[in-house]
Amino acid sequence: MEKIATRNAYGKALVELGKVNENIVVLDADLAKSTKTIDFKKSFPARFFDMGIAEQNLMGTAAGFAAAGKIPFASTFAIFATGRAFEQIRNSIAYPRLNVKIAATHAGLTVGEDGASHQAVLDLALMRAMPNMTVFVPADATEAAKMTLAAAEIEGPVYLRLGRSNVPVLYAEDYSFVPGKASVLRQGKDVAILACGIMVAEALAAAEELEKEGISARVLNISTLKPLDTEAILKAARETKALVTAEEHSIIGGLGSAVAEVLAENEPTPLVRVGVKDTFGESGKAPELLEKYGLTAGHIKAAVLTLT
Amino acid sequence: MSDNVEFGELRRISGQIRRDIITMLAEANSGHPGGSLSAVEILTALYFQEMKIDPANPSWPARDRFILSKGHGAPVLYATLAAKGFFPREELLTLRKINSRLQGHPDMKKVPGVEMSTGSLGQGLSAAVGMALAGRLDNRDYRVFVLLGDGEVQEGQVWEAAMAAAHYRLDRVIAFLDHNGLQIDGKTTEVMSPEPLDEKFKAFGWHVEKINGHSFREIFAALDKADEVKDKPTMIIAETVKGKGVSFMENQVEWHGSTPNEEQVKQALAELEQEVL
Ligand SMILES: Cc1ncc(C[n+]2csc(CCOP(=O)(O)OP(=O)(O)O)c2C)c(N)n1
Ligand SMILES: [Mg+2]
Repeated sequence: MEKIATRNAYGKALVELGKVNENIVVLDADLAKSTKTIDFKKSFPARFFDMGIAEQNLMGTAAGFAAAGKIPFASTFAIFATGRAFEQIRNSIAYPRLNVKIAATHAGLTVGEDGASHQAVLDLALMRAMPNMTVFVPADATEAAKMTLAAAEIEGPVYLRLGRSNVPVLYAEDYSFVPGKASVLRQGKDVAILACGIMVAEALAAAEELEKEGISARVLNISTLKPLDTEAILKAARETKALVTAEEHSIIGGLGSAVAEVLAENEPTPLVRVGVKDTFGESGKAPELLEKYGLTAGHIKAAVLTLT
Repeated sequence: MSDNVEFGELRRISGQIRRDIITMLAEANSGHPGGSLSAVEILTALYFQEMKIDPANPSWPARDRFILSKGHGAPVLYATLAAKGFFPREELLTLRKINSRLQGHPDMKKVPGVEMSTGSLGQGLSAAVGMALAGRLDNRDYRVFVLLGDGEVQEGQVWEAAMAAAHYRLDRVIAFLDHNGLQIDGKTTEVMSPEPLDEKFKAFGWHVEKINGHSFREIFAALDKADEVKDKPTMIIAETVKGKGVSFMENQVEWHGSTPNEEQVKQALAELEQEVL
């Protein structure tokens, strides 16, 4: 299967956006080569602004651009976007509902060797709790590109969570991404695996393994974490009676929490959350980290087996 | 007398540290050579002559502290700590590997001798302010040394800390600025100019020294001056060359965060066998 990093798809999509919409401006914080905003910089140098290693000012400046009618895409690593600049996002972007797109790369453990200081595993919790924020987590490069374009169409702040590593392409070009809608990637009746980001491919692999053991697993890609597709989640809960969530993020505050909240209030259903277990990561190769921190198809399968 | 002759032993050590940086980064196949190599003399001078430290007793309360605020320079810190005996030199080859103590960015809870966990730029000077204030409360006269990058100082927090260090008259805070002129996206002056740095720190109430950051003589002269300064923190702006000592890395922005292949390692180590300066 072809593998492309979601950040690469973002970089290319930004250039397409820049061609059709001259209101698009792009800001970065000394990481343009890594976040791939360098592609936009090369195509539209006058609309690209490197703010230096100053993420708080990056977000504040983006807010100003938006207040003056532009559509800023602000990029840096997810850890610095949502961590260092959290309060700028809260008070200068989300509170006044400004039209800023925060496209954060190198999210999750798959940052790899840089280690815990660079691995964002709380960003979804922070951005999901934020009023007015739309939260997108693409499962592959196709979806990342579509989300980049969709983000520009949405009036208001958007958080787009992108990864460093190459990940399998799951969707064909004709996939139509609808903000706020989950997509069913595999039908099944015994259990539903709700995943986001890189864990969608792992969920599909787990479902295949489960089939060999006579367990029919449905797989949903919950790529919009906010607003959440509660209808799709409740449908899966009613029809399968057992759910597993899978995310490259802490089990606190992200997809697992979001699903648990919906179930608890509407349709109490057995649920196991696969994710980072309330800990920081460490240095290592991405696959080694996914194994050590319990984020593989095998871990999803094991979680399903505790329910069926 | 040339710096090399006058400081022959330190030069020998700094040569070994440079070679270890190359070897460990090549083995890790990821990490940051440029900003590690630019700071070798500064760390060698501090750890092998200037600082009151005891590798056998890394948490000795009266010790001088060093904070690598530009945490991506972990290789130079690890190579220096190993050379000084804080942990075995062989362990350098575990850099950035899973289950290693030697994280991509320094972890104070894992590595003896690492005083502060860093990696997110701009935070080290604040920690130095806290340590120096604590030392004052405890009636200890230990010094807190810090190494900052010249891109790193674009972070607003650095200036908040600079203000605090001057406000509290922290003459026990002595910072080095690794003035190599480069960050990731290019030259600091082209990406987001932090200049003029000497005037900025002076205006913030600091004593400022400007030196060649690869000259031991100049490093020690600046440190001597810092010790005479009362009631002000000292910023030593060290003119350095990113990638210093490896011809193909010197002043090349690409070598901020890429690692050498086998051929390049050979060449780098061969060049580093010869004395450099
Ligand atoms: C808060 C934060 N933003 C961004 C980064 C990513 N980053 C790592 S090194 C670096 C450039 C540092 O440049 P400089 O301070 O000049 O270091 P040196 O040239 O000495 O390597 C950047 C942007 C980071 N580690 N922390
Ligand atoms: Mg620099």
